[in-house]
Amino acid sequence: MSVGTTMSSQPVSVKTTDVPTKSMVSIARRQRLQDIFFHRLTQSLSLLVLAALLGIIVSLFIYAWPAFHKFGIQFIWRVEWDIVNEEFGAAIAIVGTIASAGIALLIAVPLAFGVALFLTETCPTWLRRPLGTAVELLAAVPSIIYGMFGLFVFAPLFADYFQMPVQKLLGSMPLVGFLFGGSTNGFGILAAGIVLAFMVLPFVAAVMRDVFEIVPPILRESAYGLGCTTWEVVRRVVLPYTQKGVIGGVMLGLGRALGETMAVTFVIGNANRMPTSLFSPGTSIASTLANEFGEAADFHLSTLFALGFLLFVITFVVLAVAKIMLQRAEKAKGF
Amino acid sequence: MKRTFLKTVAAALATMAVGSAFAADITGAGATFPFPMYAKWAEAYKKETGTGLNYQSIGSSGGIRQIRAKTVAFGASDAPVSGADLDKDGMVQFPAIIGGTVPVINLDGFKPGELRVTGPVLAEVFMGKIAKWNDPKLAALNPGKTLPDQNITVVHRADGSGTTFNWTDYLSAVSKEWADTVGKGAAVKWPAASSVGGKGNEGVAANVTRVKGAVGYVEYAYVKKNNMTFLQLQNAGGKYVSPDDTTFAAAAASADWFSVPGMGISMVNAKGANSWPVSTASFILMYKDPADKAQSAEVLKFFDWAFKNGKGMAADLDYVPLPDSLTAEIRSKVWSQIKK
Repeated sequence: MSVGTTMSSQPVSVKTTDVPTKSMVSIARRQRLQDIFFHRLTQSLSLLVLAALLGIIVSLFIYAWPAFHKFGIQFIWRVEWDIVNEEFGAAIAIVGTIASAGIALLIAVPLAFGVALFLTETCPTWLRRPLGTAVELLAAVPSIIYGMFGLFVFAPLFADYFQMPVQKLLGSMPLVGFLFGGSTNGFGILAAGIVLAFMVLPFVAAVMRDVFEIVPPILRESAYGLGCTTWEVVRRVVLPYTQKGVIGGVMLGLGRALGETMAVTFVIGNANRMPTSLFSPGTSIASTLANEFGEAADFHLSTLFALGFLLFVITFVVLAVAKIMLQRAEKAKGF
Repeated sequence: MKRTFLKTVAAALATMAVGSAFAADITGAGATFPFPMYAKWAEAYKKETGTGLNYQSIGSSGGIRQIRAKTVAFGASDAPVSGADLDKDGMVQFPAIIGGTVPVINLDGFKPGELRVTGPVLAEVFMGKIAKWNDPKLAALNPGKTLPDQNITVVHRADGSGTTFNWTDYLSAVSKEWADTVGKGAAVKWPAASSVGGKGNEGVAANVTRVKGAVGYVEYAYVKKNNMTFLQLQNAGGKYVSPDDTTFAAAAASADWFSVPGMGISMVNAKGANSWPVSTASFILMYKDPADKAQSAEVLKFFDWAFKNGKGMAADLDYVPLPDSLTAEIRSKVWSQIKK
């Protein structure tokens, strides 16, 4: 028995190491130094991330200062973007950003939820792998491809087979009619939201699938054993267990939707006017930056930095709110 | 291990140093409009002389920023820099190539150049005051043509650009109301409620070809490349003209280049019976007393070569080369100011 042999040999080895020799001390010292070095190295690398983050915020703010100084806090809700007369406000771009990202999540999250559930709960095993890989591949498609697809394939179909019939049907309805007014040329906030939904769907679905898979089989099987339906297992076991991961996945999608640039630029219409309906062309912070940065100078450039700073703040707030919500949910459950 | 690693690094650094010593490429940055022309000239020039051109088409304002930061040997801009700014920075400016901006439409059943429009009416279209194609004002200019009862969608550049500057410069010249309410610039606040933006000339071209009833403006090369339906414009002489190299050249010939410091004249609504009213030059910016005199001399050599040998290539790409009389004047009056 190996256990017996090691037991019997131990007292012998203890005796020899009782008095530390010089070489052993030096080995120990070297190892300690290595540990300290490793600790400091990893620590400074992580601090570097923090420093980079702070550096970005500070430099954005410094470049944006002339704009904030001129317009004050009002910059955030001013509805104006006139480059020739140097009158700027962020409201149009902020509304476009939040509206398009919101629409994207409204569409993508339920779909992603369905995709992830099918992949983990009801999908036949032979199909699981190819389908899962396909979802992951979809997440890896560069955003410019979605933009081109949106402009050349999606927008014409969207104009002819959605915007026009929907406007005819609902355009004159009281209360909601205004949402479907305006031009039906395939561009606009809704079009951007839908293309964004295509983009964030695989992200959210991939994360959801991964977290659904970490539910211990014993929990699932016990629930099935008690006679639960698939829906009940999902609702009562899988979702509560993976809540954090699901919200994390949604936030990842929201983060991508808020900051997405090329795909939105192609289909949002790039008009610096406050959108009045789902079909009206608008602009988002990221698309404004992408469009105007190359030719911006002096004060205009500063306002673009101010927009970038606001996008940073919005993303930061969204993430912070998500973290707080998660903490509250966990406290309520007594974890 | 360490030794070999260090050796590799040293070797890599050595090759980089040698590489940069041999590469005497000219660096330039700026306008996107003349980029295809400069790229083609550069390719031919490299074959002949071995000197390459590294031109970054980052946009006119970017080009002005880069030359002010002295990161490039020359900057390129579609909108001319004012004489006062040139003096302040100690720079000279000269035109390198001429082109034109063209109104294009998407209307079923009309051939290129079949519809005509005057400047003031076009300004009203871009202001959104004329919102339908069968508007009486458009119909009056096109007797005998049946214009459809279709909404007009105005397509403009979403990014700031020299093309937009040229276009709004023209609309400001022909319509006082446009000049007062919108003005001219690399990007403006588009007043028409129907307006949508496209990124780059290709974005505007794509949007116009896609949206029925659209009207937009693109550089001439895109009109030809995409076989788009253009509008005939009435010029300052009252004649309706089509955009092509002869009408651009007519506009260039009628210009009095040295009437403005820095040669920064505007060619919009140019006089002359055959002038295309929305012609433009693209400019080059250089320092009078450059920090790197060798680079600067190489730039002049390049443009000297291009002015002499690049005309055929310009015509191939639908740009208009500068007339010989003008390039002679540029050599004697502008280049002579640059220290060698």
